[in-house]
Amino acid sequence: MIKVFVPRDSSALGLGAEEVALAIQAEAEKRQVAIELIRNGSRGLYWLEPLVEVATPQGRIAYGPVTIADVPRLFEAGFHNGGAHPLALGLTEEIPYLKRQERLTFARVGITDPVSLDDYLAHDGYRGLKRALTMAPAAMVEEVTESGLRGRGGAAFPTGIKWRTVLNTSSAQKYIVCNADEGDSGTFSDRMIMEGDPFVLIEGMTIAGLAVGATDGFIYLRCEYPDAEVALNAAIESATAQGYLGDNILGSGKAFRLEVRLGAGAYVCGEETSLLESLEGKRGLVRFKPPLPAIEGLFGQPTVINNVISLASVPIILDKGAAFYKDYGMGRSRGTLPIQLAGNLKQPGLVERAFGVTLREILYDFGGGSQSGRPIKAVQVGGPLGAYLPESQFDTPLDYEAFTALWAVLGHGGVVAFDETVDMSKMARYGMEFCAIESCGKCTPCRIGSTRGVEIIDKIRAGEETERQVALLRDLSDTMLASSLCALGGMTPYPVLSALNHFPEDFGVTSAQ
Amino acid sequence: MSDHSATANFPMAVALRLIQMNDPAFDSERVSGIIAELKTKPGALLPILHAIQEVLGYVPGECVPLIATELNLSRAEVHGVISFYHYFRGTPPGRHTVYICRAEACQAMGSEALEAYAKSSLGVDYHENTRDGAITLEPVYCLGNCACSPSIMVDKKVHGRVSPKRFDDIMNLTRSAS
Ligand SMILES: Cc1cc2nc3c(=O)[nH]c(=O)nc-3n(C[C@H](O)[C@H](O)[C@H](O)COP(=O)(O)O)c2cc1C
Ligand code: SF4
Ligand code: FES
Ligand code: FES
Repeated sequence: MIKVFVPRDSSALGLGAEEVALAIQAEAEKRQVAIELIRNGSRGLYWLEPLVEVATPQGRIAYGPVTIADVPRLFEAGFHNGGAHPLALGLTEEIPYLKRQERLTFARVGITDPVSLDDYLAHDGYRGLKRALTMAPAAMVEEVTESGLRGRGGAAFPTGIKWRTVLNTSSAQKYIVCNADEGDSGTFSDRMIMEGDPFVLIEGMTIAGLAVGATDGFIYLRCEYPDAEVALNAAIESATAQGYLGDNILGSGKAFRLEVRLGAGAYVCGEETSLLESLEGKRGLVRFKPPLPAIEGLFGQPTVINNVISLASVPIILDKGAAFYKDYGMGRSRGTLPIQLAGNLKQPGLVERAFGVTLREILYDFGGGSQSGRPIKAVQVGGPLGAYLPESQFDTPLDYEAFTALWAVLGHGGVVAFDETVDMSKMARYGMEFCAIESCGKCTPCRIGSTRGVEIIDKIRAGEETERQVALLRDLSDTMLASSLCALGGMTPYPVLSALNHFPEDFGVTSAQ
Repeated sequence: MSDHSATANFPMAVALRLIQMNDPAFDSERVSGIIAELKTKPGALLPILHAIQEVLGYVPGECVPLIATELNLSRAEVHGVISFYHYFRGTPPGRHTVYICRAEACQAMGSEALEAYAKSSLGVDYHENTRDGAITLEPVYCLGNCACSPSIMVDKKVHGRVSPKRFDDIMNLTRSAS
């Protein structure tokens, strides 16, 4: 039977993948061609979606982007045997965009049927858990510490050290919480994992539970991701049925149970303590720290809270060992980063590479430059709280410390490109507006300051006493930086001031100011 | 916006008006059933609100005292939670909800023009229903579809690379679906 792959990834569906899958099924029946249709995750080559693949003896061959109108002609061309057609892209693995990646966390995404446990097992799934079950908890934590893995949710805190704190608490009830709120604009790697390989996240959380002595886990999923919810719940159900989750994991006598909980459209609930409040059924007001969630987290109990990508990177670390993972990367940024290319680019998508690749390589060698064909003027890295970088900074390597040195952040690895038509004073205004919309309201600089910020930038844009207003904007930003409780208020000045500093002409001032 | 700060001292008069409103969608047995089923979960309030909105399309004010009693919370606390979260709504939506992404990656690909087009072609602003009751327009801040910007979501389905023409096609299909 011929295997044909059509993604079930929500972005692919948003470009018609469901209709293409149905058309292929119908056309195959009409022509009496026996096919097995597999709904895989996305390879992350989004400009080619819907990307249809067919398994041949030489390997999988890709066709894309496919529309329903193309389907009859694809069959005429014998695509189901790898036949030539204008949409043919050759062997999928040989497409340079994919071939030049280092896919560790994303090893299976786009390759397997995301909700088939058998497929997961056939592609090295659950090897990390099986090894973990032979180890003492402290040794598992040590392996993660040794790998150099730092949190991929934004703050880049060493994962192993967080786990050790929870391991060292003596509470009878501990929790593992997965932060799947993925609110940053320009990011979708969490979504791709949850839709494209949910078992790897489940396995990572199970290992975390065994490592720190937690028996219950929650995935706090943003409600904007309904397809991820479906995939996660299906995977949790079959993992539970096969003994990979539940009260006696693979006969070890150890328990780990997992539940998906939905957020409700609040960006601030991605902040870890706000998220915990929300999970407890409250408004998502940010908590004062200390106590750290690792000591007093969910329902007052010790809690590991990690991003999806952090947790999904744990199985390969346990499977192949800390040294294998640590071997990738540069400086204190070890391993790989799933980089998300978005905005005005010819080839937007998911690029997993070891830390150290430069922004320029990412934007041009992978991204192919701007989609509009105009020069790229600015790039926002790290979501709505990340700085804008001008062309002169494109040679910066993707490395936490290199970005910090530029007063910028890598965050969750989102890269959003803007061409020369962008007005950076407008983007700065949006930065303040977003903070005002999403502020939890607990501190004044964030709640009131952001609204003041919008007003000030409006005056600057209208050319009203520009110099005085620019000085006010800098003062206000200093206050927000210095006296906000969390990074929403505390980092909104990053996009605002970087826009002002790198593109003063868009604010009607000269760089001297 | 100031929904959240308004929440801190939610005016009781408004709360009472909402509660006393006679709401056609309010089905007290169904709501009580949902609450009974979910109330023993730890942190049950969000799951309960989601379940009610999933079934009724919004969270009618009449639910508030029921939930408050069953979860041992004050009505103001329940109201506070409902109004903190952008997703929960206290008024009936149209038959379909269209969310337009306003975030940066979509802006880089022309979402501002799409927003303007959507508002004028539907004849509504954000948070409003079209006159025929078919569509409610809402803003959203990233749908994780940033590699296929600009993005919209119709109920639970994302659509990518949405030009005005494609927006019209999607709206026509959406309208004819019900
Ligand atoms: C306003 C705000 C929003 C955040 N949103 C997210 C998010 O959507 N996903 C995430 O993983 N971390 C987010 N974070 C970071 C979390 O607070 C926290 O650092 C992270 O969940 C820890 O996991 P990690 O160590 O695995 O990165 C956010 C932080 C702030 C201040
Ligand atoms: S900085 Fe803003 S979002 Fe963060 S705690 Fe303060 S008010 Fe809340
Ligand atoms: S209410 Fe939270 S800041 Fe507007
Ligand atoms: S920014 Fe619009 S989908 Fe992410």
